[in-house]
Amino acid sequence: MDFMTILQLSDSSLRLATPLLLACLAGLFSERAGIFDIGLEGKMLAAAFFSAAFAFLSGNVWIGLGVGILASVALSILHGVASITFRGNQLISGVAINFLAAGLTVVIAQTWFSQGGRTPALTGDARFSEIVLPGAASRIRDIAQQEPMGQVYSELLSGHSILVYIALLIVPLTWWVLYRTRFGLRLRAVGENPAAVDTAGISVVGLRYAAVIICGVLCGLAGAYLATGLSAGFVKDMSAGRGFIALAALIFAKWRPWEALGACLLFGFLDAVGNRFQNIELLTFLSLTFLFVVLIGGIMLILRLVALLRGKASAGSLAIPAVTLIAGLVFAIGLPALDTSQGLGAVLNAIVLPVQFMQALPYILTVVILAGFVGRAIPPRAGGEPYVKER
Amino acid sequence: MTAPAIELKGISKAFGPVQANKDISLSVAKGAIHGIVGENGAGKSTLMSILYGFYKADAGEIWINGKQTNIPDSQAAIRAGIGMVHQHFKLVENFTVVENVILGAEDGAMLRPSISKARKVLIDLEKEYGLEVDPDAVIEDLSVGHQQRVEILKQLYREADILILDEPTGVLTPSEADQLFRILGRLKEEGKTIILITHKLREIMDITDTVSVMRRGEMTATVKTAETSPAQIAELMVGRKVLLQVDKDPANPGDVVLDVQNLRVVDPTGVERVKSISFQIRAGEILGIAGVAGNGQTELLEVLGGMIPAQGGTVTLHGEQIDLTGRESDGQSRRRRGIGHVPEDRQVEGLIMPYEAWENVAFGYHYDVKYQSGPLMNNAAIKADCAEKMERYDVRPPNPRLPARNFSGGNQQKIVVAREMDRQPELLLIGQPTRGVDIGAIEFIHKQIIALRDAGKAVLLVSVELDEIMGLSDRIAVMFDGVISGERLPSETNEGDLGLLMAGVNETKGAA
Repeated sequence: MDFMTILQLSDSSLRLATPLLLACLAGLFSERAGIFDIGLEGKMLAAAFFSAAFAFLSGNVWIGLGVGILASVALSILHGVASITFRGNQLISGVAINFLAAGLTVVIAQTWFSQGGRTPALTGDARFSEIVLPGAASRIRDIAQQEPMGQVYSELLSGHSILVYIALLIVPLTWWVLYRTRFGLRLRAVGENPAAVDTAGISVVGLRYAAVIICGVLCGLAGAYLATGLSAGFVKDMSAGRGFIALAALIFAKWRPWEALGACLLFGFLDAVGNRFQNIELLTFLSLTFLFVVLIGGIMLILRLVALLRGKASAGSLAIPAVTLIAGLVFAIGLPALDTSQGLGAVLNAIVLPVQFMQALPYILTVVILAGFVGRAIPPRAGGEPYVKER
Repeated sequence: MTAPAIELKGISKAFGPVQANKDISLSVAKGAIHGIVGENGAGKSTLMSILYGFYKADAGEIWINGKQTNIPDSQAAIRAGIGMVHQHFKLVENFTVVENVILGAEDGAMLRPSISKARKVLIDLEKEYGLEVDPDAVIEDLSVGHQQRVEILKQLYREADILILDEPTGVLTPSEADQLFRILGRLKEEGKTIILITHKLREIMDITDTVSVMRRGEMTATVKTAETSPAQIAELMVGRKVLLQVDKDPANPGDVVLDVQNLRVVDPTGVERVKSISFQIRAGEILGIAGVAGNGQTELLEVLGGMIPAQGGTVTLHGEQIDLTGRESDGQSRRRRGIGHVPEDRQVEGLIMPYEAWENVAFGYHYDVKYQSGPLMNNAAIKADCAEKMERYDVRPPNPRLPARNFSGGNQQKIVVAREMDRQPELLLIGQPTRGVDIGAIEFIHKQIIALRDAGKAVLLVSVELDEIMGLSDRIAVMFDGVISGERLPSETNEGDLGLLMAGVNETKGAA
């Protein structure tokens, strides 16, 4: 495996992580305000369809994006009316929205375009094109001849649709809104203890609607990116469970924005590996996995060290990241060095993982995460409960 | 004479057919501490909720500082200078003190300037009123007493001139309550007006200048505290004469019923909660366990009641060993052996709140043959039994089909007491028997406990209310940090002495 392969893998991880990230941040706003939202999937799907349809009809992807967001926000408000105003069950409302979107998109697509529930393929201005950053090469042949740093710039950083960059910018923006603004303070408070917000004379209902609408806008971006950035048009069920994976990532990230970025990149990476290596030898797969372990261990170690320097962590808390990092390094270097003609190397090289397994990986990881292998994740305390004023 | 801080004129409020407030008028002078007493459900909280903009009155006027004021929501109440400290704190538990204080009173869209300003103001307020709290501490790390100070700070930060405190001492230890009263005294000196809602007469007598009594939605009287007596207020509250002192004959102890030797309890996090304690209770005797909450009393009750296992020691009942760790160490086996248990928290451990009264009356005794009909439960028999118990234990309303949560605190407790005491258990474990219970029900429950003792049964009473311990117990043991720091006879001790033991200081027998 050469440097270029790893770069390409990273590049496509980023692309595939983008819709997850947008949906995950959407969920973050909603759930931090105490409204659980399993309707992310449906909202993405609706946005994907409406953005593709209107991008095709108008020939302008921005109009498509706008309508996609409107569709998603409309569903958000529906969820809000059901769960905030009428204090309904948030899970049921979310499920209903998912069904509604799955059915309606296909039916409307068939009525409008008669192409078996698809929209026609989008071309030209009806799609988000790739932005080539200044000084970056765009053709693979040119990139291959660059210096390593140039390759990183051209391959990994340049050449994405604008929505990828927007998604990345929304991460620090979300952090800033949550932790540095009055709105963020109130939003977090309403998800933890709405009674505290209410007695402080702030409208619980207003805050929750605001959160739900932000959620709708971000889901709209996610869906529009699916149909007009990642693909060129809408097909049936194209969100493919990404809304649920985003929820898993949100839990993995413990409802925090930077951690959400990390979690979504992990899922994007698995997706990218599945796409790139159709039938992969176990040896290669394990090497790749441990490369990722090294990456995660390294990030954890740095974060812990920072916490330690700020006096917010004990030296003992360095142990787990350090062990992870060292073990990952041993395997990531040791495995590719194995002789593939004999012994363990030969065995690992002979076992080929089928493509189906690779494609199932993100979903398998979702189940693993939700089963609680990531340590205790404490959701916002008032999450899922409608607020009723008490005496 | 200046206008009163608060004047209510003819406030009425109904919830469906229930008239919670009937034509209530009240006037509170500036800089006074005014008490509002009444039994649970008398309408105190409703009245204060109207004043704080949670409810809109059906009729009546609110005058603040001589001006008629309309209070449609909490924001308006805050603007009018009214601050409320609720019985259940309205704090965001994983926020810091300063974040909780500025919530809703931020200076602008950005947080940092608000936070640094609030931190300075808080430090000033803390100095001014003696409310020491670290502005950057996280709420869930603070004790209940400190959390309450944060609530008070929140109101002061909003420049409230009128403070309403709803049952402020319900969750506090005696020393925390004393500190609170000192703080309230300081606030009064600074010219703040304070309304104290409570059903504890001692607090009213100690701290208020004037007091209003509510009963069944009506304001029955407003008097100067100095010109009244606890007995008079109690009578106004309940509508009949009430015995404030527990009336009992001297104990006549018999054989040892409960013998606890070297009992140890370690909680799941590895902390030793009960450290090898030993004691005995005889027939016809009440042993009262005093102590600040969290010193092992809860665990002691739970082990004896079969709710958690012990890590060591022996317990015998009438000389027979009780299983502390094995298959027989559950609540039902304990009840079979004749141990009744009224747990400390009736809403969590004593009752299933959404279940109806008759179902709750059967829990723990549902195996009783009189409740059976072949392989099935005889629901009619349970309901009849429940109706009969409700009658005798004066549970109101006496309706077996009403869910437990629809009863008032005192009546919920009477349901638990009826279930656990009516079978005349050999040993009664009773924790916080009158927490959050109104005065009429307190009198009733105390009488029942004394009656059980006089019937020759043993009673282990755990309470954080020193009055209750002193009034009921034949012997008093004080728990501190998992050990019994001292034992006293009620006739030979006083609150100061017990208070020292509760802090782990044993003056007569050396250090604990």
